[in-house]
Amino acid sequence: MIVHTPRQHRKTSFAGRAWAVLVKEVIHVRRDRGALFFTMFIPAVQLVMLGYAVDTNVRHVATVVFDQCRTQESRALIRRFETTTDFDVLREVHSEAEIEEAVVAGEARVGLVIPEDYSRRLLRGESTQFRLLVDGSESNVASQATQVGASIALRESLARLGNAEVLPVEVRPRVLFNPDLKSPRFFIPGLVAILIQAMTVSLTALAVVRELEKGTLEQLYMTPVRGLDLVVGKIIPYAGLAFFEMMFIVFLMVFLFGVPIHGSLLTLLLIAVPYITCLLALGLWISTRAKTQLAAMQMTFGTIIPSIFLSGYVFPRNTMPLVFQWLSCCVPATWMVSAARGVILRGAGWDSLWINALALSLIAAVLIVISVGRFRRTVG
Amino acid sequence: MPHAIEMRDLTIAFGDFVAVDRVGFHVEEGEIFGFLGPNGSGKTTLIKALCGLIRPRSGSATLLGLDVARHVDEVREQVGYMSQRFSLYEDLTAEENLDFYAGIYGLTRDEREERKSELVRMTHLGPYLHRRAGLLSGGWKQRLALGCALIHGPSLLFLDEPTAGIDPVARRDLWDLLFQLSSHGVTLFVTTHYMDEAERCSRVGYIFLSHLLAVGTPDELKRLPEVTPAGRRRIELRGPSPGKVLRRMLEQPWVAEATLHSESVQAVVEEARDAASVQAEVRGWGFAEAEVRDSAPSLEDVFVTLTRRRMAELEDGRNGKPAAAAAGGRP
Repeated sequence: MIVHTPRQHRKTSFAGRAWAVLVKEVIHVRRDRGALFFTMFIPAVQLVMLGYAVDTNVRHVATVVFDQCRTQESRALIRRFETTTDFDVLREVHSEAEIEEAVVAGEARVGLVIPEDYSRRLLRGESTQFRLLVDGSESNVASQATQVGASIALRESLARLGNAEVLPVEVRPRVLFNPDLKSPRFFIPGLVAILIQAMTVSLTALAVVRELEKGTLEQLYMTPVRGLDLVVGKIIPYAGLAFFEMMFIVFLMVFLFGVPIHGSLLTLLLIAVPYITCLLALGLWISTRAKTQLAAMQMTFGTIIPSIFLSGYVFPRNTMPLVFQWLSCCVPATWMVSAARGVILRGAGWDSLWINALALSLIAAVLIVISVGRFRRTVG
Repeated sequence: MPHAIEMRDLTIAFGDFVAVDRVGFHVEEGEIFGFLGPNGSGKTTLIKALCGLIRPRSGSATLLGLDVARHVDEVREQVGYMSQRFSLYEDLTAEENLDFYAGIYGLTRDEREERKSELVRMTHLGPYLHRRAGLLSGGWKQRLALGCALIHGPSLLFLDEPTAGIDPVARRDLWDLLFQLSSHGVTLFVTTHYMDEAERCSRVGYIFLSHLLAVGTPDELKRLPEVTPAGRRRIELRGPSPGKVLRRMLEQPWVAEATLHSESVQAVVEEARDAASVQAEVRGWGFAEAEVRDSAPSLEDVFVTLTRRRMAELEDGRNGKPAAAAAGGRP
């Protein structure tokens, strides 16, 4: 009986080895239905939650009133506050101390104080004042309340001067690309880039650390498999998965939140290719540094904060100190957030987006070279 | 014909820690070479260096005539390795595991199917091919791991503690497989803790605290002069209450060493005392049924003796005394 035939030396090829790794990874993904479902499902749930919950426009700011004057004029002023949607006048209070209490307790964010001599000075034709005490703990609420308060004072002044409700000069801002100032339009295009990041990085980060924990990596190192075989064989199947996820999020954006894509969907998807490659390569790099799946997850989350805050997703990049502007150029999300906003909101094309594609491709290339190198050095 | 494995002055160090210190020996083609030593003595490290996974600090290693430092890829394509934990992909079926390694080693579809049927015949994995590897029992996992390590038909196979944690029947079956492989010209390099496995090897190497203490066939090792020093003789005593006999014997000035082996007492005594005289003396103590005869040392005796000797040398080295031959003496 022939039980074993030792063979002559056989040359293996890069394509053959990478293909074997790829096929194996596809089986892993198919077998682990639960993990597959969650990686697909969680970003979609996050999108829906954020899309409905987040509204950066401030309305209905809780307001208390301390009216020391109690005249027709002071009541007219209070009515102006009541008729805007920006303020909700809750109740009247009887001292400034009471306003502070209400603000500290979180009951009110704004206190309107009308002084005793408000009507008297007004009727005498002198300049009169009312005061607005604003809770500064939320900056956009504070600035909105101050702004609206100032415009109410302006209208009241003009009305008193001209006895007319017609403003002589008025600004009519038209916000391009988002005329209704709906905040989902502002933040969902950028969110597409941010949401697929966590899921995509963790895919490859876990794919290698799992092998380290199970000991199969040690076995693989004893075979002809090289770093590049592993990197390519592991990136391609997960790239497909990440791509599918991104299309799903874009689909929800268009059909659930009614954010239209002004540019070409194809352009958006093509720019996503180097972006997703960056994220998967970043995951592989993490996997060569982490010893356990837990450590890999923690490192994955460590990459998320910089991509939210440095990418220009939350704060505009050009107001950052110069060092951080440079630093943000190395963050893949920076280029993807601006490309997604460009394509979806402004209908931008390749003439302005080539730089994003180039930057993402460069970062991807660097990350792949680093992780291929680290695969051999982890040994020993 | 080159040796399957050839090492010269191989030293492996991590920083200040020397894991393998100037080790040199060879393994002949078709041999089952048993590599023994306590945990942490450098066994796995040596295997990793031989496969080119760790770069040695100095010295050289040649596998199948190829210098590992220069031809690491060719070496990897021609040797097989089975790790301590059976490193299988548990969510893949047995067959998918085999297919994966076949792909890694560049087998064509025909070669792969041919190899699989050969390996299935050899390991009897047939009924389990479509079962997930994670659901197989220890013994079957180990056969599958062996199959994966053999898929590319290596002529040299490393097995790192292949029988750790599996039941005695599976252990016996595995050794039967190893003998089959050996009879087909495959060289096997096996690390183990089990003395009975060491006895089955064609040759054995013993490493202790990074130093190779002995290499040879089991019989050669048992005949080493350090194991039964000049002027001493090994005897075996059988009879009832061996524990009591042992206690009495250890009190005698002419007994250098004595240990209990299940039903018998193994002892090293002065050569002047032959088996008959010892038997007479022990019977004189009231153990009328005691029977004494000359005996050969077991491999365990060999390793215990070599280890004690080495530790005594190290102790003397620390105390500034010249390394004395403290062979076979009572500790």
